[in-house]
Amino acid sequence: MQAETKKVLLDPLVDNNPITLQVLGICSALAVTSQLSTALIMSLALTAVTACSSAGIAFIRNHVPSSIRIIAQMVIIASLVIVVDQILKAFAYDISKKLSVFVGLIITNCIVMGRAEAYAMKNPPLESFWDGIGNGLGYSLVLITVAVFRELFGSGKLLGMDIMPLVKDGGWYTPNGLLLLPPSAFFLIGLLIWVVRSWKPVQVEKADFSISHAVHGEAH
Amino acid sequence: MEGLISLAVKSIFIENLALSFFLGMCTFIAVSKKIGTAVGLGIAVMIVQTLTVPANNLIYSKLLKEGALSWAGLTDTDLSFLALMSCIGVIAAMVQILEMTLDRFFPALYNALGIFLPLITVNCAILAGSLFMIERDYNFSESVVYGVSSGFGWALAITAMAGVREKLKYSDVPPGLRGLGITFITAGLMAMGFMAFSGIQL
Repeated sequence: MQAETKKVLLDPLVDNNPITLQVLGICSALAVTSQLSTALIMSLALTAVTACSSAGIAFIRNHVPSSIRIIAQMVIIASLVIVVDQILKAFAYDISKKLSVFVGLIITNCIVMGRAEAYAMKNPPLESFWDGIGNGLGYSLVLITVAVFRELFGSGKLLGMDIMPLVKDGGWYTPNGLLLLPPSAFFLIGLLIWVVRSWKPVQVEKADFSISHAVHGEAH
Repeated sequence: MEGLISLAVKSIFIENLALSFFLGMCTFIAVSKKIGTAVGLGIAVMIVQTLTVPANNLIYSKLLKEGALSWAGLTDTDLSFLALMSCIGVIAAMVQILEMTLDRFFPALYNALGIFLPLITVNCAILAGSLFMIERDYNFSESVVYGVSSGFGWALAITAMAGVREKLKYSDVPPGLRGLGITFITAGLMAMGFMAFSGIQL
């Protein structure tokens, strides 16, 4: 029991990361990472929604006919997202303005739906809750890594505090403006995937085509 | 009229949903291996976007917005917190209706688009189209233009991406980057290309 909980909690961090391996929830991972503070809030919101929706869906999994399960899941997820959205608007208005539509887009974030379909429909509420937390953390890990890179090297700050004084303020660091622009998020996640897969070669995808080595090696 | 044209150009190129807001990325990455399927999905997204953005616009401005219910005597009711729920409901219903209509009247088109239609309900580009429409306070005619052109922009991006990936599959990519990694980097380069449009002032 204990080992099982640990496994569902830690597996999604690297071995089965929702972003780098399962290809889920990429949209928001790219869009909110130009500052660490938005990335943190987004991670928190997504983890909360995934955990609660997984638990909620697991509670009703035996009572919902499979033909209407998607709608039932949607209703649970959408209600939770509305709650999160209203809380953010009430207590962190500036950040909720910066996140703009991306909080609402948690509804269509594939991590939430994907975990509901793949795990919560088959497992009891408590395990589903931990699975939701685990996947939320896996997502957060990628988001925070990318956001740290983008904010630190793009504007010399972390969470709005100066870490590396900029040249224009009399410091020594010339910021890399590209990192604040959309394309850099793609590059960073692509490189992150490269790092993870060099570390865990099991995750490497098979090539569609490969150059035949027979020509060079096995003559005769 | 001029405003509408510049809105169209802006939402196709400058504020491309896929490449500058990263919306609908999951499907964008997953379904862009072949040009044929990418075009099919692009068209489906465009149709659904064209229908849902104006529909959500009507619902929001006639029912949910603050003071919108004054025709029913409720002058200061603000139901805008329900916008998320109603948007996703409209999208799910619209996709379902579209699927049934196509099945009944245009079987050829249904067979071509069939598998992509359910995917579209959870495509964040569609939901985001409606949410952006609400956030930017578009009126009805603007929402029609925005729906068509943002859908077209997304279709354009995924078709271009599929073209690049079809060529790319013959290349010798380092093992760790194969598949997902190199796709991200390609998308990044394309996004940089699209940034060239951002200098256009309209």
